[in-house]
Amino acid sequence: MEQAAGVDTSALLRQLRAQLPAEAVLDQPEDLHPFECDGLSAYRELPLVAVLPDTLEQVREILRLCHRLQVPVVARGAGTGLSGGALPHRHGVLLSLAKFNAILDIDPRRRTARVQPGVRNLAISQAAAPYGLYYAPDPSSQIACTIGGNVAENSGGVHCLKYGLTVHNIQQLNVITIDGELLTIGGSGLDAPGYDLLALLTGSEGMLAVIVEVTVKLLPAPERAQVLLAAFDDVVKAGQAVGNIISAGIIPAGLEMMDRLAIRAAEDFVHAGYPRDAEAILLCEVDGTNEEVSEHILRVRGILHDSGASEVRTARNDAERLTFWKGRKAAFPAVGRLSPDYYCMDGTIPRKHLPQVLKTIAELSVEYELPVANVFHAGDGNLHPLILYDANKPGELERTEAFGGRILELCVEVGGTITGEHGVGMEKIDQMCVQFEALELQQFHAIKAAFDSHGLLNPGKAVPTLHRCAEFGAMHVHKGELPSPQLERF
Amino acid sequence: MSDVDASPALQARIQAAYREAAPLCIRGGDSKTFYGRESSGDALDVSDHRGITHYEPTELVITARAGTPLRTVEQTLQEHGQMLAFEPPHFGDSATLGGTIACNLSGPRRASAGAARDFVLGCRIINGKGEILSFGGEVMKNVAGYDVSRLMCGALGTLGVLLEVSLKVLPQPEAETTLSLQVGDRQALARLHEWAQQPLPVSASCHDGSNLHVRLSGTQGAVSAARKLIGGDEMADGVRFWQRLREQQSGFFAAPQSLWRLSLASDAAPLPLEGKWLYEWGGALRWLVSTAAPASIRAAAEAAGGHAVLFRGGDHAGAVFHPLPDALMSIHKKLKQAFDPKAIFNPGRMYPEF
Repeated sequence: MEQAAGVDTSALLRQLRAQLPAEAVLDQPEDLHPFECDGLSAYRELPLVAVLPDTLEQVREILRLCHRLQVPVVARGAGTGLSGGALPHRHGVLLSLAKFNAILDIDPRRRTARVQPGVRNLAISQAAAPYGLYYAPDPSSQIACTIGGNVAENSGGVHCLKYGLTVHNIQQLNVITIDGELLTIGGSGLDAPGYDLLALLTGSEGMLAVIVEVTVKLLPAPERAQVLLAAFDDVVKAGQAVGNIISAGIIPAGLEMMDRLAIRAAEDFVHAGYPRDAEAILLCEVDGTNEEVSEHILRVRGILHDSGASEVRTARNDAERLTFWKGRKAAFPAVGRLSPDYYCMDGTIPRKHLPQVLKTIAELSVEYELPVANVFHAGDGNLHPLILYDANKPGELERTEAFGGRILELCVEVGGTITGEHGVGMEKIDQMCVQFEALELQQFHAIKAAFDSHGLLNPGKAVPTLHRCAEFGAMHVHKGELPSPQLERF
Repeated sequence: MSDVDASPALQARIQAAYREAAPLCIRGGDSKTFYGRESSGDALDVSDHRGITHYEPTELVITARAGTPLRTVEQTLQEHGQMLAFEPPHFGDSATLGGTIACNLSGPRRASAGAARDFVLGCRIINGKGEILSFGGEVMKNVAGYDVSRLMCGALGTLGVLLEVSLKVLPQPEAETTLSLQVGDRQALARLHEWAQQPLPVSASCHDGSNLHVRLSGTQGAVSAARKLIGGDEMADGVRFWQRLREQQSGFFAAPQSLWRLSLASDAAPLPLEGKWLYEWGGALRWLVSTAAPASIRAAAEAAGGHAVLFRGGDHAGAVFHPLPDALMSIHKKLKQAFDPKAIFNPGRMYPEF
C-alpha cells in the first residue's frame, strides 16, 4: 500500500491553507526538520507538509482533504516512540496533535480522566493526584510522551504485570477516520456494544484512525510501596528467583532485572549503590495496603534468599526506594555514556527461556563485535537489550541492525514476540515477516482496508506487504545466514 | 474425554461451507445458546476440539483448545493455586473455554480484576475462508500486529471459529471474606464509590435492593484491616453467595419477565424504569427484570453513558444488543467482510445486519 509520488503539492497546500491558519501549515525545510524523526533517530524523512490543527473540525477537514487528494497522513504526538512509527512520509502530510493538550475532565467518582491526545502521560497522574488517584501505565518516557501516542502503541511500563498495558486502562476513544467520520469507541461503562474496537484501535500504530480524545481509567494510589534489591552471582539464579516469587502467589508491582554491564553503567552514572560485582540484580517492588506490603516484603525476602541471592536489601525509606529505582530508570542514558550510540531492542520471551536467550545474545555480541547491556522487565518477560555502537564508524549501524534483527528472531524462536511495547513502526517491519505467516499478514491488511481502503494512514508501517517479506526472506537466504531454518518461510 | 486436535476436520468443514456459501452455527457446550440473537445454519460442533495444550504456572499462562470444558481449565488452575481472574459464569456444566471467550462474559471480580478480554494473550482461529491463523501469543506484552485476539472476545463467533486461546492467569487470593450491609440503592452506590477511591481490596460487590454485599480479597492482614473499615456483618456462606450470583442461580434471576443487562457509568443515579434491580461491579453493571418497553430501557441506558442487552427472555429474533450508530455499524460490516467474506459464521447472532 505504498503511495506513489503523484501528489498535487500546490493544490494540497492551497487547500490546507484555506482550512487552517497560516502558522499551522508548515512546508519550509527549516520548519519541517523538527518532525523528521521520532525517538528512533536512525530513520529520518521530511514530510511534504506538517500541519498543526487545534480544533476537531480542522482535523476532520485535513483528513477529508487527504482522502480526496489521496495523500498519505502520518499522525504524531510527542515523537518519543522508539520504532519509527511517527516517521514522516515524504509524499505525505505530518499531522501533529501537539496542540490538543487539554485535560478536559477529571472525574474522581468514576475514576476517569477525559483528555485530549496531546496530553503528556505524567500530566494525567499529576492532575489526578489531588484526588488520590493516578494513571497506571508508565512508559519510561512518561514525562514527555503523550496519551495519544500511548494508545497508538499500546504502551507499557515497569508496572504492567500487575496493572496492565494501555489497553487495560482506557475506557473510551474518540477517533476520526480517514474519510472524516468521528467515531466514539467504548463508553462510560466497563464494556460497549459490538466488536471490541477499543482493543483493535489500541496499538494500531496510527494505521486505522486518528485519536482525538481519550478517556482513561484512574486507580487509587497505593497506600504504600516498598522495594527490594537482590544481587546474584549468576543470571540463571536471578531468573529462577522471578519464577519463584510468582509461584508463591505474589504479583509484584514492578520486577526488573539488569545484567552486569547495565549495573555498572547505571552505578557509574547515578551512584544508586548497586553491587558492582554482581552478575545480575533484581529490583522487586510490592505495593498495596500497609499490611499487604509488610506481609509481601517478608515473603519476597525469604524467596530471594532461598533462590540464592548473594545479598538482599530492603529500601529503608522512600528516599532509598527512589535511589534503588534511579539506577534502573537511568539505565538507558547510563549505557548511552559508554558509547556514542546505542540501539534499544524490545523483544518479549517466555521467562523460562531467559538463560538461553541471554547466552545466545552474548554469543551474537562476540560475533558482531558489538557490546550489549541487558535490562529486562523480568516480571512480564520483556527484554531490552541495548546494543552499543558508533554511527560514525562505517558499517557499524548496519551491523547493529543485523544484530538486532537476530535478537528479535531469537525471541520469536523461543515462543516470544518481536515487540513487547515499542511497536513495529518502520523498525521491525521485516521481522513481522518472521513473526507472522502470509495469511495472517493478509488478514491484517484486510482489517486495515476495513478502516482505510486506500491505505492512506501511516502507509508502509506496522504491517509489511507480502512483496516486502519475499524480498526480506530472499535477502537472508542469499547471504546464507538464515537465522532460524526451522521456521517456515514464504 | 481425551484431548483431541479436531482442527483439520473443522477446517475442512469451513472450507466446504465457504465454497458453498453455506451458513454455520458454531456450537461448543450449548450452555450460552440463549445469549444473542437467534441464528441459522448447519451446526458446527467444536466441543470435540479439546485439551489443555500448555500450562506454565510460573509464567502465569494457560493455553487450551476452544472445546475444553471451562471446569477442566478452572480445576487445573486451582491445583496450582491459580485462577481465571475474570471469574467467568458457566451457565451450565458443559460450558467451554471457547464459548466463554466468544461471549466475553465475566463474573463478580470483573470490576477489580478485568474482563475476559483483558486476560486474552493470544488465539488461533479459522476465518471465514477456512484459513488457520494465529495472533498474539503466550507472553504478557506483545504489540506486534493488530490485537485480533481481543477482537475475538465478545464477537460471538461472527468473525472466526476459535481453535485455541492463551490466557493470563493469576494467583488465588490468600484470604477472602464477604461483608453484608443493610443499605438502600443510593446509599450503596455512594459507599461503593467512596471505597473505590481508596486502595482497598474490594474484589466484588452486589446490591440486591436492600443489602449491599462486598467481597474482600488479598492477604490476611489487608482483608482484616479493610473489614474493620467497611463494617457490616460477615456472611457465613460468602463463597456460595458469589457462586450463585455468577451463575444467576439466585431468586432474582428466576423471575419470568425479561432479564436486561445494563452496563453504565458506575455513578449513574438509579434509573427510573419499572422493574426489579440488582447491581454489580460497583454500580457499573445493573441487572433489570422488567416488562418495560425495550426502547425506554435502551434510551435510559444510553442517557447513563452505557448500553442495554436483552440478556434472557423477550424476543431474541429482534434486537438483542444495543443498536450501533450508522458509522460504527458500517465499520462492523466491513470487519465482518474482512474475516468472513461469505458471511457463513453465525449470521445475525449479534446484529441482523450481519
